[in-house]
Amino acid sequence: MASDEMDPTRRRFLTGATTVVGGAGLLAGIVPFVNSMSVSARAQAAGAPVEVDIGRLEPGQRVTYEWRGKPVWVVRRTERMMETLEEIEPELADPESAKSEQPPYCQNTARAREESREVLVMVGVCTHLGCSPTYYPDPGGELGSDWLGGFFCPCHGSKYDISGRVYDGQPAPTNMPVPPHMYPSENILLIGEDERG
Amino acid sequence: MGKVLAWVDDRFPLTKMMREHLTEYYAPKNFNFWYYFGSLALLVLVLQIVTGIFLTMHYQPSAEQAFASVEYIMRDVEWGWLIRYMHSTGASMFFVVVYLHMFRALLYGSYKKPRELIWIFGVLILLVLMGEAFMGYLLPWGQMSYWGAQVIISLFSTIPWIGPELAQWIRGDYVISGATLNRFFALHVIAMPLILLGLVVAHILALHEVGSNNPDGVDIKKHKDENGKPKDGIRFHPYYTVKDLVGVAVFFIVFFTIVFYMPTMGGYFIEPPNFKPADPLSTPAHIAPVWYFTPFYSILRSVPSLYGSAFPGVIAMGLSIVLLFFLPWLDRTDNNPVKSTRYRSIWHKLLLASFVVALFVLGWLGTQPVTDLNQILGQTFTIVYFGFFLGIYLVSRFEKTKPVPERVTH
Repeated sequence: MASDEMDPTRRRFLTGATTVVGGAGLLAGIVPFVNSMSVSARAQAAGAPVEVDIGRLEPGQRVTYEWRGKPVWVVRRTERMMETLEEIEPELADPESAKSEQPPYCQNTARAREESREVLVMVGVCTHLGCSPTYYPDPGGELGSDWLGGFFCPCHGSKYDISGRVYDGQPAPTNMPVPPHMYPSENILLIGEDERG
Repeated sequence: MGKVLAWVDDRFPLTKMMREHLTEYYAPKNFNFWYYFGSLALLVLVLQIVTGIFLTMHYQPSAEQAFASVEYIMRDVEWGWLIRYMHSTGASMFFVVVYLHMFRALLYGSYKKPRELIWIFGVLILLVLMGEAFMGYLLPWGQMSYWGAQVIISLFSTIPWIGPELAQWIRGDYVISGATLNRFFALHVIAMPLILLGLVVAHILALHEVGSNNPDGVDIKKHKDENGKPKDGIRFHPYYTVKDLVGVAVFFIVFFTIVFYMPTMGGYFIEPPNFKPADPLSTPAHIAPVWYFTPFYSILRSVPSLYGSAFPGVIAMGLSIVLLFFLPWLDRTDNNPVKSTRYRSIWHKLLLASFVVALFVLGWLGTQPVTDLNQILGQTFTIVYFGFFLGIYLVSRFEKTKPVPERVTH
């Protein structure tokens, strides 16, 4: 029975089987290491919604809250600011916010909920490369005489209107994102959660 | 002593390795100034590893304590300031010597056949070095650490479909946080240095396999004496080890002048906002990467967004490095075996010059805020940068080269 002859077919089969099983084991072994780098349960818990009282927010004033570690701006816009929204549309890259990120109830010129159109709630992060733009509420000034008020990103110079809609021809591709939010009562704003959960 | 050595040699190829890589490694005898930078890069690598080990003894890789622990190293640890400034200056000087080392390869065609693999290992070393430097820059947890990392990691989120998840996976959080700092620390002190050392060994082994190029770009192995040694070669040790020691002395004069008198190099080696702790809610007025990244950053900024995506700029920036891998084939060796620019046409010299000018202009622009004029300049010189690769493809096809001497000249 025992022979010194080598059977190449059996050897090839064994080599193949060892490679396949070993390779599968290696791939499976990588999974825990790759997944260990994902957002941990603790970091996910820290992403819970933030409840704020906006009763004392003055027209034209902006306050910044932290939600999921990102700056969320709440701006109560003045009547003058609201009037610029339509007039500025020809200069914007995405005036209808069709390509931008917002909940469906905020896809309008004010990018706000119908019940309080003048309150802008927005993630204050430039859609170009993630810097936080600066608030320039007043018309004119250092941004030129045709500036109507809005946000300006100091990193690469992207300009946004007072609804966070980006001007045409800027480094930033889309409007700044609006997070899901809702008003459980008149002056209480809940950032990070809406009726859909 | 001789007995001990013999005992070792019977069990480990110590003498054999010394001969192969030092005392009987024959290098061309016409090396010039440009040949200092390889050994200097090795020196800086050792400096970075040694100073890095000692920094790790005091540094705390957590979002709460990182900034304070760096200040602690600077103020309370004995000689801590020296070790830290040697490490931060070493990072910039690493890029200085590596860029000069690469320019030498461009000048004398050291990437051409049969040295393609040496060049490829070298470009890989550059890539790993960039990763190493980028991750290291986050560790002090200053404003520029934080926002610089924010911009660079956001590059990944522009990749279609998988981008946002990928960026989140890299950060380990929705934003840059302690989780990001911790993993960057692990990669910076363990993973990247290990890969770097492996690549450096491969780079040198490949070099010693085919032999060094030289300023004339001629093959010294074509003319050997009766013992089979190249007539135009001299032993690496003692001749080039001693020559390189002179380079080391001069390098240290420059290096320690910076360490002692201008460790921030006017904001180019350590940027002013990095003396403020990271604040996720306020972006510094003007974000610029450290100088060694600025040429590539300018290319990124010069390309406008297309179809609502910033991805094209990221591709252009990636391409600006990836194209380097293909240089040995873009500069067509089969068609044009002349290596050194000394024996190539004026067009080759002009191309090299325009490439260097483009790198300097793009490098400077990357430190400046965006204006309309800067944008046009950036786009122009981005074209010049990429034009180098197209140009070398055409020049190597059509240029009229001069006769290459048989033996090296002086």
